Amino acid sequence: MMESVERYLAPTTLQQALAALGGPRGATVLAGGTDLMPQGRAGRVPAAGTLLNIRHIAALEGIALEGGTLVLGALARIADFERDALVRAHAPLLAEVADHFASPQVRNAATLGGNVCNASPAGDTLPALLALDAEVELASLGSAGAIRTRRLPLEAFFAGPGRTRREPHELLTAVRVQLAPAPRVTRFFKAGTRPALDISPVAIAFAAQRDAQGRLGAVRLAFGAVGPTPLRARQAEALLEGRRLDGALALEAAQVAAGEAAPIDDVRASAWYRRELLRNMTRRILTDVAEH
Amino acid sequence: MSLSTEIRFTLNGVQQRASVGADMSALQLLRDAIGLTGTKYGCGEGECGACTILVDGRAVNACLLFALDCQGRELTTIEGLAQDARARVVQEAFVAHGAVQCGFCTPGMVMQAASLLASHPQPDAAAARRAIEGNLCRCTGYEKIVEAIVAAGRTLANKEPA
Repeated sequence: MMESVERYLAPTTLQQALAALGGPRGATVLAGGTDLMPQGRAGRVPAAGTLLNIRHIAALEGIALEGGTLVLGALARIADFERDALVRAHAPLLAEVADHFASPQVRNAATLGGNVCNASPAGDTLPALLALDAEVELASLGSAGAIRTRRLPLEAFFAGPGRTRREPHELLTAVRVQLAPAPRVTRFFKAGTRPALDISPVAIAFAAQRDAQGRLGAVRLAFGAVGPTPLRARQAEALLEGRRLDGALALEAAQVAAGEAAPIDDVRASAWYRRELLRNMTRRILTDVAEH
Repeated sequence: MSLSTEIRFTLNGVQQRASVGADMSALQLLRDAIGLTGTKYGCGEGECGACTILVDGRAVNACLLFALDCQGRELTTIEGLAQDARARVVQEAFVAHGAVQCGFCTPGMVMQAASLLASHPQPDAAAARRAIEGNLCRCTGYEKIVEAIVAAGRTLANKEPA
């Protein structure tokens, strides 16, 4: 892909970046580079005339609270989630995920926007973001040169392995997580032979509200690496909604959830193993929630 | 026709200029263009940590960093770290604890250890182990490396009482 690059741009404003993306031969977006470098070398990145480094655009940085929404800039680095006070206070699930993400060196460079736009079914932040009802914000340049933005639920953003509904002229600017009225109960599990640098054969994120009687509400159960995109187990969520968790319900929900996954056989695990692991670990997570 | 762009950056405290292509990594820039070979090429895809350098004070894999993206940034390699008193304590600890076998992973390990000690001055063995998760040693000498990192933390704490 790099042979096709005729132009390198490192703009400082969103407007300039969007103008480049709208150009005739499009642009390959560079942020942290931790995926683009190996993917580009392996020839897995579509050829574009322009290499567009968005890392100097201040508007894409930072983590902020806007009203009741946690706004994570596209350039927020995974390492930021481990330390950021807002993330730790309002979305501790993301801090937990960051701790399991690749290696310290990769976390120091890799960006949230990159992890989301790569749309790997095994992308580490994705099940957690799905469980938190995250939205993505996409910007593009209108005909009069004004910046237009649109938002869509993260779930609707994924179109397939490595494919998203981002149009070539659009740039992902932020990921938005609406805060829950009361802190969510959350859990995260990532399978792997070691904590670091393992591409997980199964990842699970759980989030829910729990009322004074222990009943669950706004239940979200999301999986990574068991389908063409990260996915939500909607039937299991519906089963859990409004119920008090106990061992029997945890087992039933885990069985339903395993049926909702669409895992494949590949070098990392067989489909059978993935489904077994998914069922057992979902049950373990839900049992743990019931007991705490 | 391949693209070539002029960049300026700071390398171990010294201003540098280089002409780099779109497909060049910071690792190739350091080793092939500039000739600083202390930073090692292990896997070339961010799995082994042998190419760990500091960029603006953060430890990253040089093989995953676009050379183009070094524009305006401050790079520190193992050669530059040798000028740093705290880092010398790390190097001495590696020697004293026999944490070097074939030595290929050592520059990356020392860079990562120095990066850890900058933010967590006195790591225990568990913290040291977590910190080097992204650094592979094929001699399987992890135990001594972990001991060296913990010992370096202790030495630094004694030298700079809080």
